[in-house]
Amino acid sequence: MTGEVIVRAAEIPFPPSVEDFFPPSLIEGTGPWLTKFTLLLWVAVALIIIFFAVAYRDPKLVPSRLQWMAESVYGFARDNIAKDMIGPEGLRFAPYLATLFCFILVNNLFGIVPGIQISPNSHIAFPAILAVISWVLFVSVGIRHFGFVPYFKKSLILPAPWFIQPLLIPIEFVSTFLVRPFTLAVRLFANMFAGHVILLVFTLGGFALLNADALLAPVSVLSWVLAILLTGLEALVALLQAFIFTVLTSSYVQGALAEEH
Amino acid sequence: MRYLAQEAEHNPLLPIWQEVVVGLIAFGLLCFVLMKYVFPRMEETYRQRVEAIEGGIKKAEDAQAEANRMLEQYRQQLTEARGEAARIRDEARAEAIASRDEILARTAEERDRIIASGREQLTQERETLVRQLRGEMGALAVDLSSRIVGESLADEARRSGTVDRFLAELEAEPATGAR
Repeated sequence: MTGEVIVRAAEIPFPPSVEDFFPPSLIEGTGPWLTKFTLLLWVAVALIIIFFAVAYRDPKLVPSRLQWMAESVYGFARDNIAKDMIGPEGLRFAPYLATLFCFILVNNLFGIVPGIQISPNSHIAFPAILAVISWVLFVSVGIRHFGFVPYFKKSLILPAPWFIQPLLIPIEFVSTFLVRPFTLAVRLFANMFAGHVILLVFTLGGFALLNADALLAPVSVLSWVLAILLTGLEALVALLQAFIFTVLTSSYVQGALAEEH
Repeated sequence: MRYLAQEAEHNPLLPIWQEVVVGLIAFGLLCFVLMKYVFPRMEETYRQRVEAIEGGIKKAEDAQAEANRMLEQYRQQLTEARGEAARIRDEARAEAIASRDEILARTAEERDRIIASGREQLTQERETLVRQLRGEMGALAVDLSSRIVGESLADEARRSGTVDRFLAELEAEPATGAR
C-alpha cells in the first residue's frame, strides 16, 4: 500500500518545485532559446500585433466593434494612466505605456489559459527587462528635462536640515534608483510565480490526495474546485499586475518630471 | 536528491540570459510595431474625430452667425426701405402741392386774361355803340328838327302826330336795327 502510493505520487510530482518552472527545451539542443516560455512570448507578441493589425486595418471615425475595443485598450492607457498620472505632457508616453500594458497583460493571462497555464512573466528575465526599460525611461526623462546634475540633485537632496542629508541622500538613492526597478521586476515575477504555484498545489494536490487514499476523494474534488476558483482570482491578479506595473512606470516618469520632490 | 541538484541549477531570481535576449527582441518588435504603426494612427483617428465633432459645432455656429447677419441685413434694408418710402411720399406730397399751386396760378392767370379781354371787348363795343348812337342821334336830331320845322306851321295836331309817329318809329327801330 505505502509502496504503491509512493510510486503513484512519484508519477504526479508533489509538492510542486522550482523545477516545474524550468521545462526542457521544445527542441533538443536549443537550450533556453526555445522553451515554452520563449514560445509563449512570441505568441503573445504575435497575438497583440495581429489583434491591433486586424482591428485597425481600416480605422473609421465611427468605429466598428473591434476597432472600438482596440481603441479602448489604448484609450485606457492613454487617458486613465498616462494623462491621469503624468498630466497633459504624459500623452507622449501613452504609446509605450499601452504597449507595456498589453504585453504584460497577455503574458500574464497565459497563466490561466487551460493547456498553457503558465505565464512567461514567472521567469524573472522578462519582468526584469521591462523594469530596466522603465528605469531607463524615467531616469532619461528626468535628465532630459532638468539636465544631468540638476536632476540627480532634485532627486537626491530633499529639503531637510544639512546634518540629515548624509543619511537621506543614500536612502533616496537606494529607494529611487535601486529599489524601484527591483521591486517592479520582483512584484510582477513573484505574483505570476506564486499564482502558478498555487494552481499547481491545488490541482496536483487533488491528485495526490486521491492517490493517497480513495476516501480523500471528496477533499481532492474540493481541491480542484478551489483550483478553478483560484484561476478566477489569478485572472484578476493578471490584470491588476499589468495595471500596477504600467501605473508605477508612469508614476516614476511623473516623479522625474515633477518640479518639487 | 535529484530535485535538490536541479534547484541548485535553477535559481528563479536569476534571469536566464538567453531569455533576456529573446525578451528584448520580442518586446522591442512589439514596441516598434505598436508605437510606430498602430497607436499614432489611433491618435490620428482621435484627432479626426475631435475635428469632425468640433467641425460640426463650428459649422452650426457659422450658420447661426450667418443667419444673424442676414437678419440684421434684412432689418437694415427694411429700415432703409421705410425711410425711402417716407421720403418718396413726402416728395410726392410736395410735388402735388407744387403742381396744384401751379395749376391754380395758371388758372387765375387765364381767368384774369379772359376777364381782361372781355372787358376790353365790352369797352370797344360800347365805344362803337356810342359812336354809332352818336351818329344816329345826330341824324335823327337833324331829321326830327327838319320835320318839326316843316310841319309846325301846317298843323299843330299833325305836329303832335308827327312826334308820336317819330317816337313810334324810334321804338320800332331798335327791334330791327339793334345789333
